[in-house]
Amino acid sequence: MVAVRYQTAFQLYPYEKVPEQTAQMAPVRHPVVIVGGGPVGLALALDLGKKGTPALVLDDHDGAGLGSKAICFAQRTLDIAHRLGASSPMVEKGVVWNVGRVFHGERQLFNFDLLPEEGHRNPAFINLQQPYFERFLVEEIRAAQADGALIEIRGRNQIAGLEQHADYVTLQVDTPDGPYRIEADYLIACDGARSTLREMMGLSFDGRVFEDSFLIADVRMTADFPTERWFWFEPPFKDSGQSALLHKQPDDVWRIDFQLGWDIDRAKEMNEDRIRARVDAMLSSQTGTVPDYELVWTSIYTFQCRRMQSFRHGPVFFAGDSAHQVSPFGARGANSGIQDADNLAWKLDLAVNGLANDVLLDSYATEREYGADENILHSSRATDFMTPKSKISRTFRDAVLHLAAKHSFARPMVNSGRLSMPCAYDGFALFGPDALKGGPAGARPGAPCPDAPDGNNFLLDQLGGGFIVLSIGGEAAPAVSAYSITAAPVHIDTPSDILRKRYLGDQESAVYLIRPDQHVVARWASFDEAAVGTALAKAIGKG
Amino acid sequence: MSVELNPNLPDPDGFYDELLQAHTGLSDTESEAYNARLVLIMANHIGERETLTRLLDAAR
Repeated sequence: MVAVRYQTAFQLYPYEKVPEQTAQMAPVRHPVVIVGGGPVGLALALDLGKKGTPALVLDDHDGAGLGSKAICFAQRTLDIAHRLGASSPMVEKGVVWNVGRVFHGERQLFNFDLLPEEGHRNPAFINLQQPYFERFLVEEIRAAQADGALIEIRGRNQIAGLEQHADYVTLQVDTPDGPYRIEADYLIACDGARSTLREMMGLSFDGRVFEDSFLIADVRMTADFPTERWFWFEPPFKDSGQSALLHKQPDDVWRIDFQLGWDIDRAKEMNEDRIRARVDAMLSSQTGTVPDYELVWTSIYTFQCRRMQSFRHGPVFFAGDSAHQVSPFGARGANSGIQDADNLAWKLDLAVNGLANDVLLDSYATEREYGADENILHSSRATDFMTPKSKISRTFRDAVLHLAAKHSFARPMVNSGRLSMPCAYDGFALFGPDALKGGPAGARPGAPCPDAPDGNNFLLDQLGGGFIVLSIGGEAAPAVSAYSITAAPVHIDTPSDILRKRYLGDQESAVYLIRPDQHVVARWASFDEAAVGTALAKAIGKG
Repeated sequence: MSVELNPNLPDPDGFYDELLQAHTGLSDTESEAYNARLVLIMANHIGERETLTRLLDAAR
């Protein structure tokens, strides 16, 4: 029996019986089994497959779930998707907004225009419904399969049991044709906030529960309505709670959130007339007229900020929502999950090829636990600003809002969610020296490589998905190897002004060692083979 | 000295967080008293009489 827990927006990987399900067959051992075909599991499978490592994805449904999930994908996610070959349809379909307005009650406090920073291939973020994001990843997986990548997605394959051994895992899998067993050298749990694998392994998931309920309404309007983000503190519309948010998605759909408080009657609040009354009030608040709209989706949710204590348990790794959850403010759920996949894929690839040790595999957990803590911190701060927990925090919050209307200094303190930025692994064990005097902080060891124009293209295109020795200005550096791993050379003879600013500062030349996830390992003023080799060994946990 | 009313504070979110943490565990009366002490300490740190008059006005 495979229970249907939700409706799907797109059927992407219909159930098909595979030979392994034949009775009496000994369980087949797979190098990597990924449980969960959401954004994280799919990105990980695509990354592994493109590197030449087989990846098997099991999902208990057969496509992308319908409903309101992630809608905001940040630049780092798009850069990763670009490396995987999947970003073009995302950016084409996605909505970019630049103008935001912040209201307090009836009053507009201020507006802002997010002028895009020049010299990046991808925008700072796009709004795109999660089902599309998943569909575009699956389409790229299909293209990679056609090119020979060993990726397999099995729909309606549900995990019914797990046996953990020292260096592999046996899974009992339920299907519409009954159960079968498989084995995995590495098992990756990308099965979401209610992770079945986490529960089966009896692992705790502790953190802070925020006592609040949010009503989500996705509405379709074909009338002209500005592509702007509107955010209200204490919205003036009747019974609309502490805050309200309106922003646009593709297909003429606007996402609306109402923060209703904890003590609500969920059934009553889901009543369509009641939802429509709130939506009418919001949409007409600036013009006085209610545009025609259709309610596409409504739901009520609460959230928590928490993470697992450790993201790795022997051969089992947790990635995405199964490992950490944050409030939705700042779009840190799916975006941080994609960074998990990005961090894990190359380490697993080396492990499957016998080139990784436990130090490298453990670094996935320590690096991404740190990333999760940073995201939980930012999202907790936003939540505390939006829902003050004490009298004094309300006093300060209201003071910030009051001052923000008059003085621009207070506007950066207004917090309705901070845009997800990738974390820099400052001071982590696998990173090497910063030996570029006056080197720009944005490209310091530990940081993800900033993009920059290079000729008619962009720098990140040249970095690909392996180790890279990047020499900028000066002489071209050669390839460097350590422990059977080679960092391929990329040379930029004449850097663009922006590339110079982001990588050289006031230096004339530099040499960077870059990881497969495009984080900087170390940097120097000039090439020194021994130094680069030492840093490369360190980057794979053998330093 | 003119009064700086454009953004001038690095890490505003971190400061805001720390400011609220400083009030953790205080009663309402204690919080008020803490704020008063903080204003007086900041005024002394600024140390410019005319600037303080402008700041008092900007906060109205």
